[in-house]
Amino acid sequence: MRGDRPLFRNLSFELESGQLLHITGQNGCGKTTLLRTLCGLSQSAQGQVLWQDQPIRDQGDEYFDALHFVGHANAIEGEVNALEQLRFNIKLGGGMPSKSPEEALEYLGLSPYRYLPTKLFSQGQQRRLALARLLVVKKPLWILDEPFTALDHATVKLMEQLLSDHVATGGMVILTSHQILSLANSREIKLDQYHA
Amino acid sequence: MPDMLSVIASLIKRDVTTALRRSSDILNPLVFFAIVVSLFPLGVGPEPNLLRTMAPGVLWVAALLATMLSLGRMFSSDYRNGSLEQMVIAPYPLTLLVIARVSAHWLMTGLPLVIMTPLLSIQLQLDAAATKTLLLSLLIGTPTLSFIGSVGAALTLGLRGGGVLVSLLVLPLYTPILIFGAGAVSATATGVSPDAHLSLLGALLALAITFTPMATATALRISLD
Repeated sequence: MRGDRPLFRNLSFELESGQLLHITGQNGCGKTTLLRTLCGLSQSAQGQVLWQDQPIRDQGDEYFDALHFVGHANAIEGEVNALEQLRFNIKLGGGMPSKSPEEALEYLGLSPYRYLPTKLFSQGQQRRLALARLLVVKKPLWILDEPFTALDHATVKLMEQLLSDHVATGGMVILTSHQILSLANSREIKLDQYHA
Repeated sequence: MPDMLSVIASLIKRDVTTALRRSSDILNPLVFFAIVVSLFPLGVGPEPNLLRTMAPGVLWVAALLATMLSLGRMFSSDYRNGSLEQMVIAPYPLTLLVIARVSAHWLMTGLPLVIMTPLLSIQLQLDAAATKTLLLSLLIGTPTLSFIGSVGAALTLGLRGGGVLVSLLVLPLYTPILIFGAGAVSATATGVSPDAHLSLLGALLALAITFTPMATATALRISLD
């Protein structure tokens, strides 16, 4: 539901370890609302979201321990620099430590800018920094809302590689994107078909 | 649990660093406080006895308004840039993250106000004993202002004209703090012990710390839905 308008109904799916789910649909069909509902940020009018067969609202922090969410907004504070931002993400993220912030920035080509206040970053660089969160804290479930927005071709390729690596090592990905993806173990849900 | 404490510490550290780098956030309420207090002698005339009688009320009202002025940005930039979502889906109780945020807010607004007060109380002819009580009452009272204000700030997130709405929501709730705060100073000035007033201020702070973070956390979740 968005306002008084139902967006989709009778939608049901299950995601297993090592799978990627690509949600597609025209603008305004409820992709972002669906992802936010899956994260527990929005409430659905009906139905529920289960994590390991338990409703997420009954689980408390166990679900959030497993969840990475990169939304439309990059969740970057403009006054801090890239390293400080990632160190904060590590603190707040819980979960298992993974790559160090320096390695993650190197991987995404942000190394030269690591001491620069993030408000000076371009859209694409901010997006990369937001995605660097995925690298510094290890979590099985990634929910990504339009992760490729503002990224250049090379970085899109890099991200696709990252996604397939994550899926190959038993991770789970749910993403929305208007790009055509060619990744292994991926399924597509066309949200338009469930239009209410 | 030590894990939790280190998260709170790093959240406070981040908020303080951000505020220090965006120094207008700290300076604006302080300058506002100084100007409002300085306007009164200009308006009512420099009669020392009159100023001394008015001083507790004037200083407290000014501190209250200055705090209110700063409430808007307690959550707004995190709301706009998406960090607030990340706090809600962090694997820690949101209530504790709210306590960290409110503490940082107090460190950057309430505490500077307290530190600046002695200067302004000289301007209003308050004697040393009354100034001491004033400082003590502000030290107990301003955190309460931040905690109560956080509920209003969270409820009005993302609304147009949120600033005015915050004042309408929060100012009525600030009245007990104003009454006991200014009351404590007036009591000292007339030679009565301020202990009763200060104890009540302390009780209000304890209540605010206990209940408002939960209300704020719920309001934040509603604002993000």
